[in-house]
Amino acid sequence: MLLNVRDLVIDYKTPRGNVRAVDGVSFDVPAGAVVGVVGESGCGKTTAVRGITRVMPGAARFAGGAIEFEGRDIVTMSEREMRKLMWREIAYVPQSAMNALDPVWRVGKQIEEVLRDRGGMGKRDARARAAELFSMVGLDAQRLTDYPHQFSGGMRQRASIALALALSPKLVIADEPVTALDVVIQRQVLDTFAELQAALNLSVILVTHDISVVAYVCDYVVVMYAGRVAEAGPVAEVLANPAHPYTMGLYNAFPELSGDDRELSPIEGSPPDLLDPPAGCRFRPRCPFAQERCAQEPPDVAVGDGHRALCHRADEAAALRDVAKKVDTWTGVSAA
Amino acid sequence: MTADAPLIEVDSVSRSFDVSRSAADILRGRRPQIHAVTDVDFTLRRGETLGIVGESGCGKTTLGRMLIKLIPPTSGTVRFQGADIGEMDRQAELAFRRRAQLVFQNPFDALNPHFTILRSLQEPLRNARVPAAEHEERIAEALRMVHLAAPEHFLMSFPHQLSGGQLQRVVLARALVLRPDFIVADEPVSMLDVSVRAGILNVLREVRDRLGLAAVYISHDLSLVRYVCARTITMYLGTVVEDGPTRDLIESPLHPYTRALVQAVPVPDVNQSHDPLPIKGGLPDARNPPSGCRFRDRCPLAEARCAAEVPRLREVSPGRRVACHVVA
Repeated sequence: MLLNVRDLVIDYKTPRGNVRAVDGVSFDVPAGAVVGVVGESGCGKTTAVRGITRVMPGAARFAGGAIEFEGRDIVTMSEREMRKLMWREIAYVPQSAMNALDPVWRVGKQIEEVLRDRGGMGKRDARARAAELFSMVGLDAQRLTDYPHQFSGGMRQRASIALALALSPKLVIADEPVTALDVVIQRQVLDTFAELQAALNLSVILVTHDISVVAYVCDYVVVMYAGRVAEAGPVAEVLANPAHPYTMGLYNAFPELSGDDRELSPIEGSPPDLLDPPAGCRFRPRCPFAQERCAQEPPDVAVGDGHRALCHRADEAAALRDVAKKVDTWTGVSAA
Repeated sequence: MTADAPLIEVDSVSRSFDVSRSAADILRGRRPQIHAVTDVDFTLRRGETLGIVGESGCGKTTLGRMLIKLIPPTSGTVRFQGADIGEMDRQAELAFRRRAQLVFQNPFDALNPHFTILRSLQEPLRNARVPAAEHEERIAEALRMVHLAAPEHFLMSFPHQLSGGQLQRVVLARALVLRPDFIVADEPVSMLDVSVRAGILNVLREVRDRLGLAAVYISHDLSLVRYVCARTITMYLGTVVEDGPTRDLIESPLHPYTRALVQAVPVPDVNQSHDPLPIKGGLPDARNPPSGCRFRDRCPLAEARCAAEVPRLREVSPGRRVACHVVA
């Protein structure tokens, strides 16, 4: 296993109190696998993966758990060790490619900077490597002298992938790499990404709110809700047999291209305020299957090979799935 | 006016924008332009919903803005109930502005952060000189339409206190509060989470079915347009390349670009096709579009003729138009 995240807890200090944005999150990243972390805005997915890089906003701090990368704990690692790890072993592609690239520097210079400063390369080698990286991600090496604003959204995303791959890391963490792109460009960037992943045997953590992106490129999926892992497992298994009502809801809310002209079933309400989360299951106020016992902490139930769900009713999942397919199931659940 | 007369008539509408000139452009006296929209025409009746799909930069947003007179066309006309919206006197223009509304893309930016939700909803009524006595009823009606329950809990709130889904409902309610005949919605759900997006799409369907207004929905994603629009046009680099019933466009797309758009739509299925899209590269430089068919340099079917001759939008079956030398 390349990376194990174990019972990770990350808190934000806010003027109104402590917000536990990541609350006991565990998942594994096998070498050469693509793991999707999926959930709505505010579910803690970005905070959790930024914990792996230790580059977190000032108000955030680790409050428990471990992140083991090849057996070494990132949470307790010294700054010096951490500096050796970043870029060379673990690279991060931030949410907006505009944030990854400095607007006042030529794109090629920014890649060379990483190669020379972090990779210890000479000027000439860095320049050659930058050109090589550009062609790997499908960009014309002549565009290395462009500024980021001269690039289209898709090109910027390719450039930030090139930047992440600069020092041949083992693990790439990409936060919403295709979210701002339209469907054609999204597909082309994902195809390039998948080709590189296979060719370089990269391990990837892909953060997204979109289960179709997970279905397209990921081997495993971690579904997060309100700071916790609601469900995790192999993608094919989780999408075919979702065991957590939240995953069922996400799937049913997804618009289809073909099939009947039916109403979609939204999940009513919003995720809970993490300053004051509900007791027991966090999804309870929006869940059509909630029972009295759901006010107690839900168990983490193994429902299949490597497939687990945080739900009191996980053993009834097959029956619940059928009911979840009906639009009426999801109406009038939440008061919000 | 009969019920069958078109509400909106778009007649060879084009719009170009000046772009910044390089030193060489100035020396040679060139004024480079981007042709954002070229020769678009269509009509829209009351009760009809039209989808406009295409990539960023295809001109769909510019077209939407011309439809509600936020920017004037460079040439061509947009008529509303037979009257050219570019030639309206002040009185007629005010009336048009009440009857045609825009739903903004990003609900987080669309509302004034210093206004309460109530004030944001009152503002259009005040501007349209709707008597204050009617405000409460109009606002309640619009909020019911968008399924915002328990308004007393948030009318005095500020935008940052609401969730994205609630905000988008408020933005939609603000467009409906004047009881418009025509709305243009530019990517109304693209900023929202999937679980919330479904609710907004359902509201848009209800608005369509219950209010009988004419509506244009702009999106890059055919799977979203499909839920609301009976008819869709595909745009590429400012031109309409296909026009027809949405279902036909999805099930049997004719234009190679529409085919690529259909194939690119993401689906939550691990067994989906990973075949490369039948389209190459990205949008070409809009200042120097390819000669002939603008899509030809990305097209898998392009022939010599496609470089020489601009394909016209031709009717291939009733209600179905396509601009392609090869497939039509």
